[in-house]
Amino acid sequence: MAAPKPRVKVPKKASQGEVITIKTLISHPMESGQRKDKKTGELIPRKIINKFSCEFNGQVVFSCDLDPAVSANPYMEFNAKVNEPGTFKFTWVDDDGSVYETEKKITIE
Amino acid sequence: MTITRRQALGLTAGAAAFLTFAPRISFAATAETDAAIKAFTGGATPTEGTVSLDTPEIAENGNTVPVGVTVDSPMTEDSYVESVLILADGNPSPAVATFHFTAMSGAAEAKTRIRLAKTQNVIAVAKMNDGSTFMDTKEVKVTIGGCGG
Repeated sequence: MAAPKPRVKVPKKASQGEVITIKTLISHPMESGQRKDKKTGELIPRKIINKFSCEFNGQVVFSCDLDPAVSANPYMEFNAKVNEPGTFKFTWVDDDGSVYETEKKITIE
Repeated sequence: MTITRRQALGLTAGAAAFLTFAPRISFAATAETDAAIKAFTGGATPTEGTVSLDTPEIAENGNTVPVGVTVDSPMTEDSYVESVLILADGNPSPAVATFHFTAMSGAAEAKTRIRLAKTQNVIAVAKMNDGSTFMDTKEVKVTIGGCGG
């Protein structure tokens, strides 16, 4: 299986104090642990992303605990208030302990 | 009004169907859902309002149902939404996701896509930083369930 690929949409520029919308998506099967293998009839073990967080200059802006009821390729849309230029850091944590990260910079105009 | 044999049969069948299915929808899942709400609010019963759920009335594919939640809050350091719990009472396990906001979120709004096994209620419970809780419930009709067997 291909490694999960995060995709994030953050505006490049914002005016001071503006509330921006951030959209994120990561390719991940989000195996719920409820599905059975069609050939063997055995349950496919659970493997989901259980935590997502977004930090701006080291401060947490938004985070989310995910349960198996979140769709495959989990999509998140949320807001952030930008008071200064900086970097958004996005982190996804997998059930197996792997961590997927990506960063986006924003400037103030 | 006289009831014909045909009508009587129809009524009985309808009532029987209602009795068979209704309790399963309302009881089986709600106990677990209530427990999840209680655990989240710390025993308090959330009031209606302030939080609003944005869900489609009919979801053709239960595998990806877009769900949005908005909480009416100024989102300042003194008054902001701490977290929002999303539950689906007809899923094998009602928990869907928990969003955690901070004053830096600017607006308490989030959207995601969820799985729904069948037609059921989606519930959002919001917790403010002062401890007050609010909830909203929306029914979503699901054509094809999304928990694949």
